[in-house]
Amino acid sequence: MEFIELKNVFKVYTNGVTALADANLSIEKGEFVFIIGQSGSGKSTLTKLLYREEKPTKGSVFVGGVNVSKLRDNNVYKLRRKIGVVFQDFKLLPKLTVYENIAYPLESYGMASKDIRDKVLSAVERVGLKEKIRSYPNQLSGGEQQRVCIARAIVNEPKLIICDEPTGDLDPKISQEIMEVLKNINKDLGSTIIMATHDKEIVNTMKQRVICIHNGVIVSDKKKGSYIENEDN
Amino acid sequence: MKIIRIVNKNFKDAFKSVFRNFSLSMASVSCTAITLILVSIALLVTYNVNSITEDIEDVLTIVAFVDNKATQDEIDAIDNELSKMENILDYQYNTKDKIKENLSADEDLKQILESLDENPIQSTFVVNVKDIREISKTANNIKNLNKVVSVKYGESLVNKLVSMFDVIRNACLIAVVALIIVTAFLIGNTIKITIFSRRNEIAIMRLVGTSNIVIKMPFLIEGAVLGLIGCIIPVLLTVYGYTFLYDFVGGKLFTDLIVLVKPSILIYKVSLVLIIVGVIVGMFGSLRAVRRYLKV
Repeated sequence: MEFIELKNVFKVYTNGVTALADANLSIEKGEFVFIIGQSGSGKSTLTKLLYREEKPTKGSVFVGGVNVSKLRDNNVYKLRRKIGVVFQDFKLLPKLTVYENIAYPLESYGMASKDIRDKVLSAVERVGLKEKIRSYPNQLSGGEQQRVCIARAIVNEPKLIICDEPTGDLDPKISQEIMEVLKNINKDLGSTIIMATHDKEIVNTMKQRVICIHNGVIVSDKKKGSYIENEDN
Repeated sequence: MKIIRIVNKNFKDAFKSVFRNFSLSMASVSCTAITLILVSIALLVTYNVNSITEDIEDVLTIVAFVDNKATQDEIDAIDNELSKMENILDYQYNTKDKIKENLSADEDLKQILESLDENPIQSTFVVNVKDIREISKTANNIKNLNKVVSVKYGESLVNKLVSMFDVIRNACLIAVVALIIVTAFLIGNTIKITIFSRRNEIAIMRLVGTSNIVIKMPFLIEGAVLGLIGCIIPVLLTVYGYTFLYDFVGGKLFTDLIVLVKPSILIYKVSLVLIIVGVIVGMFGSLRAVRRYLKV
């Protein structure tokens, strides 16, 4: 079985909106995959199914051999420890410093502070924010805040990193820098990265696998190295 | 080690949050305090009533006087009836001759008794009861027996006092039950505010894979802390208030027969109960809030 597999997945929200219809997908370990589509096309739903923020209405979602859709609520945290999530709005805690924000998950796992320190420092170094470690989120630029968010996502060395529009609020130059960081993580740590975006420019420069969703249906799945033409999407 | 680190962090968070929502925390704390003061009164009254009833149960007996004309068969019938009656611990039959003999130990009485042609004393049944609250009922039952002329039993003051204490205790217990519900509700609301004020933090904890118990624990601890703070005044009142009252009345009420329980051990026992009740009510209140508002 592949690292990630979706089999005949349907997701219908309680308000009647069908966000995903009969989605079938498999992703290998170490892949870098873009999920593109317009707002409301279902790409966010797809990522949320992977970290079990949402349950599929029908079908099954496998992550690392585990049927996520059948995971009991009390065990969801075990899955989430193996997944790093990067958000468009960063979701940093304003009263904590950069260091504390990144250390936050590990502290809540009850890890020893020495181990936490080692892991946080290596994560901070990887995203290139070493000198800002004592700053607070409101003292950082958007790009820097996103790096903190990425550092927090990778601090526990997850096998899977899910990014939901990580460059949505950033200007193109900063977006490129963020993409470099993610690309290096994918290369150096071997983490699988799944990124939902509607930024065509990024997708075209990265030349990775691209899955396109339209109105909840997967309309195309292009192999690594491809471009999206303008007619698509 | 891992658990100690998590609990330590949660305790700090809990205390911080108690002071962050100070006014609401104080509402829960004062409600807890009032509840616990009533719990304390109920407990102290119960202990004293139990001790008083035990003390006077040994002293209180019913004496039933038997008609002098009663035949042996009729006396046996009374004996038989008594053995079947409820609430009777034991009883003893004293013949008038035996009583006369006992009384004759006193020289003056002996002279008086000997001066009389006939023994003026009536034979008696001396009855010990199980529950003195029922003593008047039992006495009436005995009085209604054939050939029983009259019954006498101990001070009715004691009886009235015990039933008054019972009323106080029952009233306290009812108030306690009602107040515990209100307190749990108030504490639950305080916790709800904390949950809302920390919802971003909770959302992040959920996303980064913090286990449910670790997410919930600070709120449960906060409830317990609220309960614990609510204990302070009731415990002080129990320890110093009861000691003061005991000294003030000199350890007994109205007569030497009614001796209060010494404060020494009692106040600590009651305080311990108060602390346990406070903490449990606090945790119960926060558990409700956590169940309802904290979706993990």
